Amino acid sequence: MAEYQNIFTRAQVRFPMHDGVALPAGNEARIGKPVFAYWLGRIGDAQLGPIYLGWYGFASLLCGFIAFEIIGLNMWASVGWDPIEFVRQLPWLALEPPPAEYGLSLPPLNEGGWWLLAGFFLTAALFLWWMRMYTRARELGLGTHVAWAFASAIWLYLVLGFIRPIAMGSWSEAVPFGIFPHLDWTAAFSIRYGNLFYNPFHMLSIAFLYGSVLVFAMHGGTVMATARYGSEREVEQAWDRGTAYERSGLFWRWTMGFCANAESIHRWAWWFAVLVPLTGGIGILLTGTVVDNWYLWGMKHGLVPPYPETGVADPSAMPMQGGNP
Amino acid sequence: MKIAAWFVGLLLVVLTGFMLFTAGWERPPIKSEQTGYRGTGMVDVVNPRTEATMMSSQVAPESTPLPPDAGPKAGDIYENVQVLGDLSVARFTRLMQSITNWVSPEEGCVYCHNLNNLAEDSVYTKVVARRMLQMTQNINDQWSDHVQQTGVTCYTCHRGENVPQYGWFNSDPAVTPVGGMAGWRNGQNRASPEVGLTSLPEDSFTPYIDGAENIRVIGDTALPSDNAGATIQSTEATYGLMIHMSEALGVNCTYCHNSRGFSVWNESTPQRATSWYGLEMARALNTEYVSPLSSVLPPHRLGPTGEGLKINCTTCHQGVNKPLYGASMVADYPSLAKPTSGTAMTRSEPSEPASEGISVAAETREVEPDTASRAAMMPD
Repeated sequence: MAEYQNIFTRAQVRFPMHDGVALPAGNEARIGKPVFAYWLGRIGDAQLGPIYLGWYGFASLLCGFIAFEIIGLNMWASVGWDPIEFVRQLPWLALEPPPAEYGLSLPPLNEGGWWLLAGFFLTAALFLWWMRMYTRARELGLGTHVAWAFASAIWLYLVLGFIRPIAMGSWSEAVPFGIFPHLDWTAAFSIRYGNLFYNPFHMLSIAFLYGSVLVFAMHGGTVMATARYGSEREVEQAWDRGTAYERSGLFWRWTMGFCANAESIHRWAWWFAVLVPLTGGIGILLTGTVVDNWYLWGMKHGLVPPYPETGVADPSAMPMQGGNP
Repeated sequence: MKIAAWFVGLLLVVLTGFMLFTAGWERPPIKSEQTGYRGTGMVDVVNPRTEATMMSSQVAPESTPLPPDAGPKAGDIYENVQVLGDLSVARFTRLMQSITNWVSPEEGCVYCHNLNNLAEDSVYTKVVARRMLQMTQNINDQWSDHVQQTGVTCYTCHRGENVPQYGWFNSDPAVTPVGGMAGWRNGQNRASPEVGLTSLPEDSFTPYIDGAENIRVIGDTALPSDNAGATIQSTEATYGLMIHMSEALGVNCTYCHNSRGFSVWNESTPQRATSWYGLEMARALNTEYVSPLSSVLPPHRLGPTGEGLKINCTTCHQGVNKPLYGASMVADYPSLAKPTSGTAMTRSEPSEPASEGISVAAETREVEPDTASRAAMMPD
């Protein structure tokens, strides 16, 4: 087998451990003494730590922990605090949003109140983690691309659990916190609104999701295929592309006429990823608020292909036959 | 390279273990047959091996020869024959024997009768059996929209058991909230067999085939209308009912629906209309016949809300799209095909509680013959 065909990182570069560049005034100290870990080195950088926690990180983890506890303890309570049932039924358990009759008012704690609290703390945790990503990037003199990509995911989360329920006038429209329950919610949501597959923004979201996979595979494959020519130094190669990127560019121009370059491929990847939750969130937000049945909407606008009618009619609109003929 | 081989091996072991120790895996080949327009995925999926087992377990018993309907009538010879009095004694005796085989093959006549006085209504099962005879006649006479000409007999549900093996009790309202502080689960999130081990609401029966809540949740206009549409939570309850129907009949969603538009009738199969009548029928039977009998049942036959076992799709279907694979027994039992004269019976309106007339050793309720009241059964 050829030397370059590997699942894992081939080389572990060991160097004196370092804490990283000095941080501007007002930053906390980094925590932990770095160590080298061989197995981490097989899949990434061998150096583990130090970590920067900071105020945002601490507050985010705290809020996330509170949300996690509210959800988990409610799940456990829902099986009567039985530890075996808790483990056995765990994928089925959930913390449910309030029933519809409460609308947007504050429900009793044990009838959706816990759900609101968990949602509040989880949202706080996500916002704080976003702040942490943003400020860490800034302090290191980076762009804030990662934070904005994360913001796109937070947008979808907010649409599902906050913005759309408010637009619909009821917290009961929101997603339960649970493994199978949130999947059943998703299926019910699509059924209720006449098949989400006919929602154009859902289509876009899927296209970007699958597109992300495609772009990821193309890029990863290209870089690894040219690694022996030095393509791992891909950023330098954006302006000094060398033989690796020369060859990979040639490869794609041969196979599809056009090629990305070492810089633009990362813009492709970033936008594809960001557009998945961005378009998906728009699709969810329009569902029930602007469109009530995507199948009928698609029929109306020539999106749904008509099939031969089966001739079956709604029996509730007909007199019952009854009786033996 | 060695590491990669290890990983592949480990993956295979994990997947095999997963397959062996989780439920629901069936080996190929599986037969599938197209039932709808091309490209819609409307196919019946059948595993020929489980199907063979199923078919051998769902066989209608042989009927005894039907004697002529001549000679003295049962109502003239025996006392207190309220439903079957018009039958000849020979046919009456044959039906009694058949019912014994269908419902209480081990206990025999004594399961319903006091042997010292067969006419007496002192055993509660006799009162129940009389009402169930009326129910069977009503189903065959009034619900051909659902049971077609195949019809039903006692055996359709009982299959040799005193109480049909499949049915449901109203769920205990006290069990749902656990304690006061936390753990409310809105009647869902259990690996519940009633809804095919999904986390959907486990009691999909009380609202729809006991009560008359609206099963239809999908918007019927492209854009939102002024009427408040169904909530996601009620959609989940309907979804649970649909899973029950699917499990009860051993079919998938596309047996009735073109899943690209679940609510669209003119893309659905004829079976969808049949099952719509089935839901209407189950609700009517539960409110009309089954619930009112709760007052005569002994405590060990009652569920947590003090009501007896009720009917759902599984009660008759037992995993097959046509109970007993469509075998019709009713032709051999003409007295079950329609209300026999000598009994006043009809469907009454569901809002009218039917329980007043029913108690042990009491006459069954006399109601005026009426076939027009059917329209009143229809929910809006």
